[in-house]
Amino acid sequence: MTTDAKQKPVEPAAEHPGVGIPVPNRALPLLRTEKLMLNMGPQHPSTHGVLKVVLDLEGERIIKATPVLGFLHRGVEKLAEDGTYHQFIPHTDRLDYVCAMYNNFAYVRAVEKLLDMKVPDRAEYLRTIVAEVQRIIGHLFWLGTQALDIGAMTVFFYTFLEREVLLDFFDSLCGARLTTSWYRIGGVENDLSPRLIEDLYKFLANFSEKLDEYNALLETNRIWLARTKNVAVISAEDAINFGLSGPTLRGSGVDYDLRKYEPYGAYDKVQWEVPVGKNGDTYDRYWIRILELKESAKIVKQCLDQLPAGPYMVEDPRVTLPQKDKVFTNLEHMIRQFKLFTQGFNTPAGEIYCGTEAHKGELGFYIVSDGSGKPYRLKIRAPSFIHMGAFDHMARGYMIADVVTIFGTYDIVMGECDR
Amino acid sequence: MTLHPNAEKIQAQFPDAFVSSKEWRGDLAVTVKKEAIIPVCRWLHDDPGMDFDYIVHVASVDYPEDEARFEMVYEFYSIRRRQRIRIKARVTEEDCAIDSITGIWKGANFMEREVFDMMGIRFNNHPDHRRILMPDEYDEGWPLRKDFPLAGKGWRDTFEFITEGSHKKTK
Repeated sequence: MTTDAKQKPVEPAAEHPGVGIPVPNRALPLLRTEKLMLNMGPQHPSTHGVLKVVLDLEGERIIKATPVLGFLHRGVEKLAEDGTYHQFIPHTDRLDYVCAMYNNFAYVRAVEKLLDMKVPDRAEYLRTIVAEVQRIIGHLFWLGTQALDIGAMTVFFYTFLEREVLLDFFDSLCGARLTTSWYRIGGVENDLSPRLIEDLYKFLANFSEKLDEYNALLETNRIWLARTKNVAVISAEDAINFGLSGPTLRGSGVDYDLRKYEPYGAYDKVQWEVPVGKNGDTYDRYWIRILELKESAKIVKQCLDQLPAGPYMVEDPRVTLPQKDKVFTNLEHMIRQFKLFTQGFNTPAGEIYCGTEAHKGELGFYIVSDGSGKPYRLKIRAPSFIHMGAFDHMARGYMIADVVTIFGTYDIVMGECDR
Repeated sequence: MTLHPNAEKIQAQFPDAFVSSKEWRGDLAVTVKKEAIIPVCRWLHDDPGMDFDYIVHVASVDYPEDEARFEMVYEFYSIRRRQRIRIKARVTEEDCAIDSITGIWKGANFMEREVFDMMGIRFNNHPDHRRILMPDEYDEGWPLRKDFPLAGKGWRDTFEFITEGSHKKTK
């Protein structure tokens, strides 16, 4: 943390309940008080990327927090306008690099909505399985890093062990651990092999046991409770008004999950529940994520049990990519691949918005098409960015140390926030 | 063609402001006049029959050939009624400003700042009208406009790069 202290006039921010609490009477006479401005970041380890927050402080209490974004801005939306629809898939990996699969999923769903394309059943199941595995990875990553940031280092090692197993699963599935690009417009790149299915079953068999183990480290840990209970509280009304989504919204007791209410993939064919919190504090959001991990494991298990046979890709030569082995051996498929990657495919003119429940919140793509092979405008509704909009509201009145908790409670990733 | 019930209600409530409505792929988009954006949004948010309490995103699209060049796009969702609506308003290049809806949805603050940053549309009565993703001193213009080249306008070429050779020299 840099202590670039500088006097700065600050307007009073008395509307928040935390501000204006009288300072305890000190033994020494108070000589002088002054407001302090503190730059937190952009290199602070808890920011999970490069994020700066300018804090106006009264003692250790935050009276105003101004997030400074854009350190990781790469102009992804501008780049999208210059490439074909297929070419944008790898760019979506780099949005939320912790959860690349879900970004791919959200994007290909949006393009399929634009094309009005129906994906085969097996592909829907495969997508759901891998998306939920990705959610487990995302939540494990969150749990480990949040605990690490708050001061419980052990959990980090345990959750990363499990995460590693699943990343190896991704590695065998598509050859990459983080930037996966496995989803395709019209299906997925390749099928789950029997060995991978077996691996997943093995993982799920003792996953809930492992989860209980992590919880034993935190659930009744007094430091964890003290640092998460009643920290970063946001009411349901405010959470909706700020446009928060995912566990951050559900922690406040709002039952809003797109997987349930605008079902896609195979989510409507399996049994699961939406965990909803009560108090809207960091602890509730933690608990929701733990419950979601359990629900995700349930979803994956049921999907694997029900996995239907059939193709895993739409066979529409104008739009979907040919299989890789055929590209290498068959001239027609090679020409098709070449054509799709150089010219792309034309989409009907129009505009759609398609929201997907990623593990951080609602990840949406708003695509305007003018009928050509490239998106005319592509807007990404990134949950991390919108959550940062509520940062000032949620941080006011708390201590400097709680800033770290609040970063963590959103589960922000700056690649997605700055795009 | 019959209108979507929500579009019909907007037309009945704001006959002067209503411009057009379109339903495509299950998405309803209603275009209104930009002067009426505040009353329309306020009504969508407050009216119990509409109840669009959740703001999804705010975006803008650039159509350089059109008379009114920019299109503001707002997407709202009703948590209780589980419905979506898209409200659009055209903004001209000469009078490149629209009223801010931050007073209705607080989440619009950052979203509108992003629109300003990327496309240069100004928001009247915005509480914190600054760039958000690009640096404050950035003066090349508005990156997401269609007349902005993909590689930028040369600002980055003025940066001092530390190459391998220059590094050795300083040693």
